[in-house]
Amino acid sequence: MPEVVLDLFSNFWVALLGKVLLVALMIPLIGMVIGFAEMKLSAKMQNRVGPYFAGGRWGWAQLIADGVKFFQKEDLIPADADRPVFKTAPIWVLVGTVALFVVIPFGPGLIFRDLSVGVFYALAISSISTIGVLMAGWSSANKYSLMGGLRAAGQLIAYELPLVLAVIGSVILAGTMSMSGIVEAQIEAGYPYVIFQFVGFGIFMIAALAELTRIPFDMPIAESELVMGYLTEYSGFRFLFFFLAEFANMFTMSAIAVTLFLGGYWLPGLSEDQLVYLGPIILIAKVFVLVFAMIWFRWTFPRFREDQLQTLAWKWLIPLALVNIMVTAALKVLL
Amino acid sequence: MVIDADTLRHMSEASVSVELETEDMTLNIGPQHPSTHGVLRLVARVDGERVYDVKPVIGYMHRGYEKLSEVRTYPQITALLNRIDWVSGYANEIPFMVAAEKLMELEVPDRAQYIRLILTEMARISSHMVFMASYPLELGAATPLFFALRERERLLDLLESVTGGRFHPNFNRIGGVKPAYGSGSTTRKWIQDLPAGFFEETTQAMVRIREAVDQLEDLVAGNEIILARTKGIGVLPPEVGAAFGVSGPNLRASGVKFDLRRAENYLPYDKFDFEIPTGANGDCWDRWKVRLDEIRQSCLIIEQAVAGIPSGPLQAKVPKVIKVPAGETYVRAENPKGEMGYYLVSDGGGGPYRLKIRSASFSNISILPWALEGVLVPDIIAIMGSLDFVLGDVDR
Amino acid sequence: MLKGLAVTLITMFKTIFAPGKNLRTVNYPKVKETPVARARGVIALDQEACTVCMLCARQCPDWCIYIEGHKEEKEPSEPGGRIKVRNTLDRFDIDYALCMYCGICVEVCPFDALFWSPEYEYSEEKMGDMLHDMDRLQDWMKFVPETPGLEK
Repeated sequence: MPEVVLDLFSNFWVALLGKVLLVALMIPLIGMVIGFAEMKLSAKMQNRVGPYFAGGRWGWAQLIADGVKFFQKEDLIPADADRPVFKTAPIWVLVGTVALFVVIPFGPGLIFRDLSVGVFYALAISSISTIGVLMAGWSSANKYSLMGGLRAAGQLIAYELPLVLAVIGSVILAGTMSMSGIVEAQIEAGYPYVIFQFVGFGIFMIAALAELTRIPFDMPIAESELVMGYLTEYSGFRFLFFFLAEFANMFTMSAIAVTLFLGGYWLPGLSEDQLVYLGPIILIAKVFVLVFAMIWFRWTFPRFREDQLQTLAWKWLIPLALVNIMVTAALKVLL
Repeated sequence: MVIDADTLRHMSEASVSVELETEDMTLNIGPQHPSTHGVLRLVARVDGERVYDVKPVIGYMHRGYEKLSEVRTYPQITALLNRIDWVSGYANEIPFMVAAEKLMELEVPDRAQYIRLILTEMARISSHMVFMASYPLELGAATPLFFALRERERLLDLLESVTGGRFHPNFNRIGGVKPAYGSGSTTRKWIQDLPAGFFEETTQAMVRIREAVDQLEDLVAGNEIILARTKGIGVLPPEVGAAFGVSGPNLRASGVKFDLRRAENYLPYDKFDFEIPTGANGDCWDRWKVRLDEIRQSCLIIEQAVAGIPSGPLQAKVPKVIKVPAGETYVRAENPKGEMGYYLVSDGGGGPYRLKIRSASFSNISILPWALEGVLVPDIIAIMGSLDFVLGDVDR
Repeated sequence: MLKGLAVTLITMFKTIFAPGKNLRTVNYPKVKETPVARARGVIALDQEACTVCMLCARQCPDWCIYIEGHKEEKEPSEPGGRIKVRNTLDRFDIDYALCMYCGICVEVCPFDALFWSPEYEYSEEKMGDMLHDMDRLQDWMKFVPETPGLEK
């Protein structure tokens, strides 16, 4: 690469600007790709074709068209709604997702910012979206949205705990909270942590589905009951923010799961130099396997009722996660 | 029964709301809603997630069928009646035909009765398939919708090949089924019997439907989430059901083995060998399972009928302008949704003097205020869906 | 639960790799499924056969058929014979916005003047265009299919 460009990027502010632009580009792109994948895959599971006309035979331009459509819609705010809260709610949700991108290791050294408390930061920031959901439900002057918001509050807060407790097993095995540190620990150990932490992996995936409010945990949205729940009054580009945030969040949650349990950007038998180039591709491939599983579950299962959801979290997942931590810690000390 | 917070909290073990002093909210599960099967409005008083009481408001779809029947002639009414319960189009015409034939003391030829029976059972499968499609959708699973409707299309194609219409067949005539294309010198000779290839296609369709039913059972019945959402929810004791007038699969799921196909003889069901599925508890799961089994039994009946259909004329000898002699009669039949009855009062004219329609869904949803006390909001949807009603049937 | 997952996954693979048998949708404007011969799509009129007897208009449950006619006199076929009077159609409109597609008109016509045709693509943008007049109904006669064979 030419010396001039490298010198330019060694300047802190230019590098920062570059990173910000990259993240800003990646989020809509990933959101659109995953959204398109969901439309096509769900169609194939139902003997249909999915998007077909937009952009030639494959329909790949469907989500671009949808994005443009959402942008040019009228910005409706209900008369009784709480305007500042209504307007900022989508931004809170998106911030929770975008901020997670910062700590995902795409390759050795290819991480936006390698925080030494990466895991802690990731889980804390992902809770910001909860506030956004509550704000959305409250500020729309609509009883249905309020009910959706209340359900969301209960669900999201309840599932934060299994999410956090499930990753502690991995952190214990790796000995560090930095995300790239955990991947390097897996490379050193020679096996991905899921082999021993399968309980933690399972709990994490279930809790991630609940945090994303996807079926089987989509009571807050519950399309056939509450007509989109807390999202009912949103239209146009505000809805687009929520929509993109959900798909991008699928990516980031899966990326965290891949990093912590499945070995991140590493495949056995690849050297460090190869990983610099192949790392992002491997990571994205693994993430897509998990995203496929999420889509598959969504279209096969119905939704849990709110109290069953809470029972699952409090009576099953949290005790299991605690047992997992105790067993992992004990084994680590003894072995 | 005094309904207050303490009584209701004892009614179910699940409790979601915290013991705060909150006022309850009147939620209008309005006429435009994805889950009410049509334009039904429920005015529900809820406290958090728990419902205190529910008042259904109906009448948004009243089309005035009974008044319409007073000013129409018999062939015109036949064309209108299949729109009452539009999901099972053919089955709505049958009791009316039988009532008019009873007053005229007509003997319907055997082949016509068999054709009526085959098409009625196809309508029954078609209606239950819509239930199979829409009930999991209300619970959240979107995929059974496509599997069930895919098979229903085969049946609708078969119905179309015989009658010309998918949902509104208009194939019954007083005295039998539609005999000829028209009344002109040529068209009178174009007999509207079953078209070529009907038997083979029907047998193949039955094989496919059984496969699809097995697939639906795998997809839905083994799923723990569905079992958790439907078992024990909306239990309907048989006495309460009978007291409210609930009929059809809803009552059979509570354990009452009563089927009008065996109890009445409006069509020759006694010549066929089939079972009447019943359920044990009367909860939403049993209602689903009973309808699934009924699809299988209907497949059995159709296969037997196709194998043994006699030949003969398609309609009894009737005059060109039909006048039913004065009298009154009530005929009831097993509609897929329940018991449908027509009370026909005739004064000897070309049209009825009064036609009263006892529709199945109207009585089925009368149980909603009783069944929906003290349940959680998502259960409202589960229970309503399992009753399988159609607003056209409720409001007529 | 696992059986359900298996069902969805298998359907997905079947639809992707063997779409001929498993894909149950048809790309509508480019590929059209032909309806069966008896399908009730549109009603066609044979003007020559109609004698303005008004039976169809009377029996229609919606009264969507509008007929007007007049009497014409024809020359006697031999000199000194009777003058024949013939009913001729002035106006025969079917309003498809009202029509219920019940088929009573086709069934009661004593002179073989009305026929069913399975054509269904005649949607219009203005409601008034849904009233098909005499000539348009005559054009539909081209689409009336042959009666198919009967079972056994």
